[in-house]
Amino acid sequence: MASIELRNIRKAFGAVEVIKGVDLQVRKGEFMVFVGPSGCGKSTLLRLISGLEDITSGEMLFDGKVVNSLAPSKRGIAMVFQSYALYPHMTVYENMAFGLTLEKGTSKDEIRKRVERAADMLQIGQYLDRLPKQLSGGQRQRVAIGRAITRDPKVFLFDEPLSNLDAALRVATRIEIAKLHEEMNNVTMIYVTHDQVEAMTLADRICVLRDGLVEQVGTPMELYETPNSVFVAGFIGSPKMNFISGDKAKPFNAETVGIRGEHITIVPSGGTWSGTVIHTENLGADSYVYLEMGTEEPVVVRLEGANSYKSGDTVHISPMEGKIHRFDGAGKPIL
Amino acid sequence: MATDVMAEPVAATGVKIKSELMQQRVRAAQLFLLPMLLALAVVAGWPLLRSIYFSFTDASLNDLDGAQWIGFGNYLRWQTLESGAVRYRGVLADPAWWNAVWNTMRFAVVSVSLEAVLGMGVALVLNAEFRGRGIVRAAILIPWAIPTIVSAKMWSWMLNDQFGILNDLGMRLGLLSQKVAWTATAETAMQAVLVVDIWKTTPFMALLILAGLQMVPKDIYEAADLDGVHPVKQFFRITLPLVRPALMVAIIFRLLDALRIFDLIYVLTPNSSATKTMSVLARENLFDFDKFSYGSAMSTLLFLIIAILTILYIWLGKVRFDGGDR
Ligand SMILES: Nc1ncnc2c1ncn2[C@@H]1O[C@H](COP(=O)(O)OP(=O)(O)OP(=O)(O)O)[C@@H](O)[C@H]1O
Ligand SMILES: [Mg+2]
Repeated sequence: MASIELRNIRKAFGAVEVIKGVDLQVRKGEFMVFVGPSGCGKSTLLRLISGLEDITSGEMLFDGKVVNSLAPSKRGIAMVFQSYALYPHMTVYENMAFGLTLEKGTSKDEIRKRVERAADMLQIGQYLDRLPKQLSGGQRQRVAIGRAITRDPKVFLFDEPLSNLDAALRVATRIEIAKLHEEMNNVTMIYVTHDQVEAMTLADRICVLRDGLVEQVGTPMELYETPNSVFVAGFIGSPKMNFISGDKAKPFNAETVGIRGEHITIVPSGGTWSGTVIHTENLGADSYVYLEMGTEEPVVVRLEGANSYKSGDTVHISPMEGKIHRFDGAGKPIL
Repeated sequence: MATDVMAEPVAATGVKIKSELMQQRVRAAQLFLLPMLLALAVVAGWPLLRSIYFSFTDASLNDLDGAQWIGFGNYLRWQTLESGAVRYRGVLADPAWWNAVWNTMRFAVVSVSLEAVLGMGVALVLNAEFRGRGIVRAAILIPWAIPTIVSAKMWSWMLNDQFGILNDLGMRLGLLSQKVAWTATAETAMQAVLVVDIWKTTPFMALLILAGLQMVPKDIYEAADLDGVHPVKQFFRITLPLVRPALMVAIIFRLLDALRIFDLIYVLTPNSSATKTMSVLARENLFDFDKFSYGSAMSTLLFLIIAILTILYIWLGKVRFDGGDR
């Protein structure tokens, strides 16, 4: 259990500043997710927290104590790498026990118990004698998580742990991680991803990063309902929020208005806007209608169940009451 | 998560794959191997067979065609004297031969072990990231790139008792009380040879190990840092096991080389029984002493010793040449 505080953290590689002054508080036992586009500095920030990378300036506090120069192994953290980073020449058991065997004062029985407990949790008990190369990707990922669990960490760090898995396995492992967080509810977890579904489903709070800076921190619903910039609005939620600007936004007294696909209704006539159907997608439970109406990207309307619109149809749409997001010229919300 | 239960590995042995593709591949492989096998047969196989044949004859250098078959006489033969005592003759009863065997073994074991240790050190340094690494990597190969004869001559001048720079330096710095004939003195001759050989071949060893080191993923060291594994432990528990395959192959290359060492010793310490190796002795008998068949027997024995040691090493060390581990 640990709370983590970042105070104006900066990181430069040579002359290039990658993290440009991040202030952030992660509470005890919280599941914090870092999201952001590729190259925005998520991994770098995670590595700064782990201690694998030195902080250029600023202060990092664990439970109120400055840890800027504390060795990674002394911070009470465990990390799950995107590449798994399993020791290729050790069996699953040895991989999970390796860190413990070097700790003085942990008996063999105690180590075995801890490894087996973690193995049970992740259902990898039957693979303990195998080498990593004899495992599938998903199994390796679970071994990597198991190795982290056996360390009994105060803070769990995940760097895109699911990005090498196929879609079905991603969902299964995501649920596994959510269960893990419930079982170890006093362990602080920080999770890096650029998959916003993972972010929405796992996080207690999400930290949206952009170009080395924190854009917004909040619960998934806060970010979904009250994004504090066009960037966050467009990043959170799937399908992406529709942005309508220019003349069509004028009646709303805004430079840009944002409206999510699920907050648009199709009306028989009249309506706020109208457009031409250019494409439809049927996902079974719901379906998307893409409309061409002079915006930068086509407007997506999300409908429940299947729909029977065809390309070329003209449809009239209206935003639902109170679901419009208005933004000014700088991309900031107008309240 | 029952979605990805892995099937038990299927025993691959005993399954004979006879697909057309496989046959095609085998035929192609044979075709590609043929030229090399032919060349080997001509330049290595034939001379080897001739040597083995001559070792069972009484051939002499100026009468190779008139060689007569004499069986194992060159290896071992004995006479019972009138007094009843038995006198043994032949290579296996020759003290000079056993001295050469001892010299060769000592040289091979000491030089290869030291080269492995030093080569590992150099490889670890070269594997680290620092400015000018490319230049250092190239520079370190220079000793290995110099032809042995040249470097042997160069060192023989540096080690020279009258004009050598090492004696001069030693005297000036007060390390030596008098000049030493490093290569000519029985006690120091072998050391001199070892120093030069290690200087020359450590880079080669380092390069082979470096290739192995570069295969080791970097992220597992970060995992080890998080696990709190001390760097020394990281080396012995992670690096060493993972470069072991490369190291074993490098050692066997060097061992084969060291067991037939000739040029360096021939140039650096000619005619010193303290350093005379099997190859040097065999050549001496073949061409200098006009005991062609006797020298052939030595060559054959040398071949056998190297073959046996190599097979033992590969078998006991579980060496795999495909770069995989274990
Ligand atoms: N060791 C390094 N040396 C120099 N630049 C680096 C180093 N590591 C990262 N960077 C740079 O820092 C920036 C942020 O990298 P980082 O890996 O944190 O991105 P990320 O948000 O994790 O992206 P992704 O989603 O693609 O993993 C990138 O522009 C990258 O080029
Ligand atoms: Mg990353």
